[in-house]
Formats: sequence, C-alpha cells, structure tokens
Amino acid sequence: MGDVGIRIENLRKRYGEGDTAVDALKDVNMTVAPGEVVGLIGPSGSGKSTLLKCLGAVIEPSAGRMTLGDELIFDDGWKIPDLRALRRDRIGFIFQAPYLIPFLDVTDNVALLPMLAGQRNGAARRRATDLLEALDVGHRSHAQPAELSGGEQQRVAIARALANQPPVILADEPTAPLDSERALAVIRTLNRMAEQYRTAIIVVTHDEKIIPTFRRIYQIRDGKTYEEAGEGRAIA
Amino acid sequence: MISLAGRDILHSWPRFVLTGMGLGLLIGVTLSMAGIYRGMVDDARALIDNSNAALWVVQQGTQGPYAESSSLRDDAYRSIRGMPGVAAAANVTYFTMQVGRGSEDIRAMVVGIEPGGPGEPGYLVDGRHITRSHYEAVADLKTGFRLGDRIRIRRHEFVVVGLTRRMVSSGGDPMVFIPLKDAQEAQFLKDNDAIISERARTAANPAFNRPGVPGLLDAIQASQASNRSVNAVLVQLREGHAPESVAAPIRRWKHLEVFTRVQMEEILVAKLIATSARQIAMFLVILAVVSAAIVAFIIYTMTLGKIREIAVLKLIGTRNRTIAGMILQQALGLGLIGFVVGKTVATLWAPIFPKYVLLETGDALRGLVAVVLICAIASTLAIRVALKVDPAAAIGG
Ligand SMILES: Nc1ncnc2c1ncn2[C@@H]1O[C@H](COP(=O)(O)OP(=O)(O)OP(=O)(O)O)[C@@H](O)[C@H]1O
Ligand SMILES: [Mg+2]
Repeated sequence: MGDVGIRIENLRKRYGEGDTAVDALKDVNMTVAPGEVVGLIGPSGSGKSTLLKCLGAVIEPSAGRMTLGDELIFDDGWKIPDLRALRRDRIGFIFQAPYLIPFLDVTDNVALLPMLAGQRNGAARRRATDLLEALDVGHRSHAQPAELSGGEQQRVAIARALANQPPVILADEPTAPLDSERALAVIRTLNRMAEQYRTAIIVVTHDEKIIPTFRRIYQIRDGKTYEEAGEGRAIA
Repeated sequence: MISLAGRDILHSWPRFVLTGMGLGLLIGVTLSMAGIYRGMVDDARALIDNSNAALWVVQQGTQGPYAESSSLRDDAYRSIRGMPGVAAAANVTYFTMQVGRGSEDIRAMVVGIEPGGPGEPGYLVDGRHITRSHYEAVADLKTGFRLGDRIRIRRHEFVVVGLTRRMVSSGGDPMVFIPLKDAQEAQFLKDNDAIISERARTAANPAFNRPGVPGLLDAIQASQASNRSVNAVLVQLREGHAPESVAAPIRRWKHLEVFTRVQMEEILVAKLIATSARQIAMFLVILAVVSAAIVAFIIYTMTLGKIREIAVLKLIGTRNRTIAGMILQQALGLGLIGFVVGKTVATLWAPIFPKYVLLETGDALRGLVAVVLICAIASTLAIRVALKVDPAAAIGG
C-alpha cells in the first residue's frame, strides 16, 4: 500500500441533463492518508452522499480523478473493469443503520465478505471471529442481528467493513442512532482500526458529539470542498 | 460460500412451511387429478383384460357393448363358434342397475355370463366360480358383499359364491356376475301389468287375432314374452390365429361389428373417457397456473421485503448471479416442500376416493419437473426486481 489512502481531484458530478440537470459536485478535492480518519460535514443537499457514492463506485462521476490506495480508479472514466470486485475488496461501507443481513448470524454477516472474495468458509469465519473479538462483540458471535443492541449491531457492521482489510472505509452517519457515549466509542474504534490496519476512513456526519474528535475536516458547501483543521480532541 | 437461500429459508421457516403446505395441497390435488385419469384408463384396461376375450362381437354399426348399447340375437354365437380360428364364443349381457343388499341399494354393473365361457372373471380372491345355471353370483369386493351374502336383483335373490377384485365398469361401478339366463330375464323382464296390457293390445289387433287360425295369437304372445337378446358375444381364439383375420369374416358374413382388443382399448380409452380426460386436462392447466401465481406472489413479496438487504449485498460486491440464484433456490425450495407435501397427501387420500385413483411414479416425476419449471418461471418476476435494485440505494440520501 502506498502513501495515498484516498485522493480526489477536481471531481464533478452532474445528475440529469439539460434544464433539469443538478450539479451535485462541482469541484471536490480531498486527500486522506492511510491510517487517518477524516470528517466530512456540510448542510443537507450539499453533496455528501453523492461523494460517497462516487467513491463507492456505485455512481459514475462526470469528471475528475479518484485514487484509492496507489491505484487510479477514475480519470474521466473508470480505470478498472470490475467495480463489483473493487467494492468487495478495496472499500468497506458503514451506514447510518447497520443493515446487517437478518438471516445470517453475526459471524457469517462478517465472514460473508471474505467468502464473496473467494476465501474458504473456515478461514473467513476465523477472520470474522478475530475482528469481532477486537471490537468487543466476540461473545455475541452466534447471535442473530435482531438480538443485538444498536451499538453492538454498529460494531458488527464495522467488523464487516474491515473484513476484507480494505484500504478505504466510507462511513455514512455511523453514529446517528447512538447516544454520545456509544457514538464516541464507535469513533474510538474507527481510529484504532485505522491505525492498526492503515485504513483511510471518511466519516460523513452531522453529529456535533463527534465532530470535535477529527483532526482534519472537509466542509462541503454547494458542491465544493473546503479543508479545515479540526480540534482533534482526544477521546477518553 | 454459504447458501444465502438456505439461511433465509431457515430464518423464516414458518412462512416457508406454511406456504409450502398450501402449495402442497394444490399439488396434491393436481397429482390426484392425474391419478383419477390414470385410474379411469386402468379401469378400462381391467375391464378389457378381465373379460377374457380376444374379440367382441356386437350389433352392427355400434361401438358396444361398453361405449354404446348393442343388442344381438342370443343364437348368433352358435354360428360364430363355427368360424375358423374361434376357440370359444359366449354370450354376455351388461347392464348397470341398483342391486339390493339388505335394505340398501348399491349401484353395480350386472354381467350375465355363461359359466366356464369367455366373460367369466379370470381370478377370484375368494370362493368359487358360478357352477349352477341359476341364482348364484360372483361379486366384486367393492360392492361390499361377502361370501354367502344375498344380492337382490329385480325379483330374484342371488347367493354370493365368489369374490373378485378390480372388476369395475368403465363408469367405475363394481361388477356382479350372474348366470346369463338370469341376467337376460332381469334385464328384459317386464312387470306383470306391462305383460297384461301388451297381451291385450296384441289380442285387439285383428291381424294377429284371426278367426279360423287357432294358436296364432298364443304363438305370437309367447314369442313376445320370451327375450332372446344379448349385448355382445365374446370370442376366444385358437392359437396361431391373428385377431383381425378372424374378425374380418365375421364382419363380412354375419353382418355384425367385431372389435379386437386393440380397437376395444381405443374405444374405451380414447373415446369413452376422452371428455373426462379433457376435463381433467383443463383442471391441470388451471392448477398449474394457480400454483405458479402463488409461488410468484410469495417469492415476489419476500423479495420486496429484502430490497434493503439486496442493495447491501450488491454494494459489498455480491454478484447478480448469486442474488438471482438465491431467489431461484428459494422458489425451488418452496416447490420441493410443496411437492413432498403434495405427494404425501395425494397418497394418503387416494384410497378414500370412491373411484380408483392410480398414482403413477412417472406422473409424480413429471409433476416434479413441472413444479420445478413453474417455480423457476415464477421466480423470474422477483429476480427481475432484485437485479434492478441499485446498490447506491444502500448508501441512501
Ligand atoms: N439521483 C439523483 N438525481 C438527481 N439529483 C440528485 C440525485 N441524488 C441527489 N441529487 C441532488 O444532488 C444534490 C446533493 O445531494 P446529496 O444526496 O449528495 O446531499 P447530501 O449532502 O447527502 O444531503 P443530506 O445531508 O440531506 O443527506 C441535491 O441537490 C440532490 O437533490
Ligand atoms: Mg446524504
């Protein structure tokens, strides 16, 4: 893995055409180093989700460049053929709601990703168990998702995002449903994981409780990014 | 890789099992319908096999004696017996009527046979064949009669001396065999009032009641009272004679219709039960459509309930093929549960049907293939929905 976690240059995204076209992203520039957790904030409709979708390779940007790890994935067009494999192997997703698969137990929710990537069931489950232990939900590894508390579910979702050791994790409002203690615990976990696995993490958030924890923050307003220094407050 | 379909089925098994059972009852009805048709065909074959004949000689221009009524003189068999290739020929009568058992009535086909001749049941499960020429009977088990019971047919009582199995008419009514003479009498017997009024009518006719011709009226009345008709002559062949080569001269010289076994089967299976078969085929088509609709609806709603999960699965890199496979497997799983339930209930309830229900393994296999195909087709709707799910939806707004 190189020195670049995520680099976005002059990214633009226009929805639709003609009179009804919406320029959701006009000029987005961002870099996130491996092992760094960066906050992305901005008012509603400013383009945060659009940016995550571009980075997550589920919608196609209109122009610009995106680099993940040391690979240029977009340069006025996709540079890699299999976006599905890209999402599976190189990007971890964490959502506002955990969106665990309800018919798989906790271990298999996490193990599913390595399995999809072709790992054997045994190895995938061992990987899942290790991650769940590291996230303090090891004791719930055989529970069904519906039997977990919200905080536990979110930690399982983090384990799932880490399962294939992606260089990048995209988190969309990961703390919204949690109280401040749990929200801070999630951020602490993300920081620890970023450090441990050299993962570049972008956290989209409105959450006043966690904004002070970021060392670096990108503001997005009207489709443009502005870099700011964060408070970088240590988390107890 | 784990089976996503299997896990989902295990997770929501009550829904699967209940739907599978509902579908299973439908499949059970479908298999039973096919079984009823097979039973009808088998009854027809049994009727032909058990008549112990190679040729059926019937009234000219008819397709008797089972599919149409046929009547011929009861001395026709004598001359047929003399034809080349004929080993034995015997009169038979068939008529369906209510016979009495104690105080109740049973619908049965009464067969008049000549003891020892063609037409006699080939195999008895109990008792013996008819040996006397009057008032003995061999009854099918399905009539409910036992050895020694008395059967009331019109004015006479018959003692059951033997029992058969699977001897039924093409309409499914069990058979009762009685001596030919008794059967003729029962079939054509007139009641006393009818005889008296007919005599009076004949006596009033000046053509029959002529002065100066003594005995004419009596002779005419005697000939009217006795009945000398039968429904068919059954013929057995000598070895080495082809049925058609024996049938042709009888047709030509005796002015009678003759059917071979193959032709008889054609009449019974292709013509007599053709309407019922079409009726059943209609039902099968409707049941197939209803089953497909049920599977499609269930799988579709289950898929709609999983749109979120499908979006997440796609976002984290699950192939479309895997997702389509998951839905297809669920549809097939539902079909398999339904088939097992259907086969089981069809087997359980077959014996309590009044008519013979023949569940053939071949039909079950064809049914299984149909279920698999129907489920696969029914799942396409849900698969299309799932494939259209946008992985971006998982990220939300
Ligand atoms: N599929 C789409 N088609 C057309 N316009 C869209 C589409 N998705 C988003 N937009 C528009 O793009 C702009 C940015 O939307 P986006 O969802 O990225 O905002 P957001 O920052 O995530 O807002 P929020 O904080 O409310 O989630 C908005 O004006 C929105 O209406
Ligand atoms: Mg948003």
